[in-house]
Amino acid sequence: MDEASVAGRGLSPRLWLAGGWLLLALLAAIFAPLIAPQDPLAQDLMLERLPPFWLDGAEPGYWLGTDSLGRDLLSRLIFGGRIAFIVAFAAATSACLLGSALGLIAGYFGGWPDRIISRIVDVWMAFPPVLFAILLVAVLGTGLSSVILAIAIIDWTRFCRVIRAEAMSQARMDYVESARIAGYGRMGIMLREVLPNVLPSVVALLSLEMGIAVIVEAILSFVNLSISTDDPTWGSIIAEGRLSIHQAWWVLVFPLITLILTVLSFSQFGEALKARFDPVLR
Amino acid sequence: MLLQRFFVRLLTMLVTLFGVAVVVFVVIRVAPGDPIAMMLPPGASNDDIARLRALYGLDKSIVQQFFIWFGGVLHGNFGTSISLRQDVLGLVFNRLPATLELATVALLMAIAIGVTAAILGARSRGSAVEAGIDIASGATLSIPDFLWGLVLILLFGVLVPVFDISGRVSPQLDLPFATQFYLAESILRLRFDLTWDLLKHMLMPAVALALPLAAIIAQLLKQSLKEVLDLDYVVLARVKGFSETQVILREALKNAVLPTLTLVGVQFTFLIGGTVIVERLFSYEGLGNMAIDAVIDRDLPLIQGIVLVFALLFVLINLAVDMTYALLNPRLRHG
Repeated sequence: MDEASVAGRGLSPRLWLAGGWLLLALLAAIFAPLIAPQDPLAQDLMLERLPPFWLDGAEPGYWLGTDSLGRDLLSRLIFGGRIAFIVAFAAATSACLLGSALGLIAGYFGGWPDRIISRIVDVWMAFPPVLFAILLVAVLGTGLSSVILAIAIIDWTRFCRVIRAEAMSQARMDYVESARIAGYGRMGIMLREVLPNVLPSVVALLSLEMGIAVIVEAILSFVNLSISTDDPTWGSIIAEGRLSIHQAWWVLVFPLITLILTVLSFSQFGEALKARFDPVLR
Repeated sequence: MLLQRFFVRLLTMLVTLFGVAVVVFVVIRVAPGDPIAMMLPPGASNDDIARLRALYGLDKSIVQQFFIWFGGVLHGNFGTSISLRQDVLGLVFNRLPATLELATVALLMAIAIGVTAAILGARSRGSAVEAGIDIASGATLSIPDFLWGLVLILLFGVLVPVFDISGRVSPQLDLPFATQFYLAESILRLRFDLTWDLLKHMLMPAVALALPLAAIIAQLLKQSLKEVLDLDYVVLARVKGFSETQVILREALKNAVLPTLTLVGVQFTFLIGGTVIVERLFSYEGLGNMAIDAVIDRDLPLIQGIVLVFALLFVLINLAVDMTYALLNPRLRHG
């Protein structure tokens, strides 16, 4: 109990900061049309490469400056957040459902289902993930649903491996044996007894996976393979910033800071959840 | 026992590779869009299209196509690149050394940084130094190589432009190399001016790849060191008058390194996977950069070849790690 309160105290500022940033970014993304100071797509060559507000030559209303087409950077970041969060939630949830289901089956039943699923995981682990993602999106065609599907197809193994190991150790525990003696079927035991016990690991992984999904989406946008090129995404802003890095550093700096804060927050959140639920750490 | 383990692993590895070949083949063949149409000038006749399809074997069933291609692969024939019109294996071997050199330099850096941080942290356990290392490694770990690459581009390409952030070597240099292992060859030929130029290009992408791995090594090795440092024989060494650093370097390190070794092996494959986007970021002419071009050009034979070579690297590294672990671990050696 003492250690729990110590761990709790050590974690909470991090948890609050991480949660605070994610909530802020999420709200900004949801209410983007109300908050964004400019139209994120409006080009104005008279306003190209305006610096952020504290530098000479800045224009009021363009807080973080503009890119080489005169588009407002802050508005593009706010609208880019929409894509980032949709991908984060949808892709991570899909990967989680697929991976957890297969992991539970492999870990609880063992035998040939386990052997087949483990072989598939081995094959998946032998692919370079970024190359796999790029390949899948190229095959599926660019677009939001392709990006989400590609991430789910690649990253389900993360869930599968952890849940399989958890389910395996849970399946050997006494309470599962008692349930079996009490006459519950295998499926019933798995859903009723084993699943709730592996849930903490799933939730923690889910948070980590959301951060990963945001990065993968940014990488895909960076190589110009994500959603349509019109809609701003954090990755496409970064790609633009990489090109004009010597003329307008802010076009790279601000999306980069946004991305780093978001990824750090998702992983801190996941770590904190894991620490809270992990009986060994608790 | 060890030999048996080796053969079982080898067999699993071959099954995995075959699985990769099947997956990549199926994924690519369900792709919409006709690669042949992109090779021909507009207005090509249907006869031309049919002839080219037959040339690349695209007129047969997908199962036939797979076995024709796979049979070729087994004989070292990976086909011809559609966009570059060259032998795939030749193209891959031309680019692979650049990626291997980058990954090796990154691995060495990760080990150097990670081990130093771990020793520093274990030496001053419980102090502010250790807390600092914990926070730094935690944050470093959470930020992927892609973002580290961008941070480094900003810091050392723009803010303080000391390193090159684009390419593998300065284009105006005359290269006397016989192989594509530029870095290794420049050292062997004692052309340290070229070594320096290569390193100046390689340093930033290598650091981007190394940082997350360095953080993992620091965390895990520090943990193992701290456990070992409480054991009797280490206490004895301390009583004998060795300093804490000497105790760590001479006694504790070799007994704490085994868990870290396994992890480094697995993480090294992640590092190699990371070269794909990091090479793109730094316009480094390696295999990963070529892979992205191949995907964008829908160059099916080239994509297949590159993915297979990456997969081969991954399983070979895992096999090597597994065997090293078995050799070093007495319980497995005599088990």
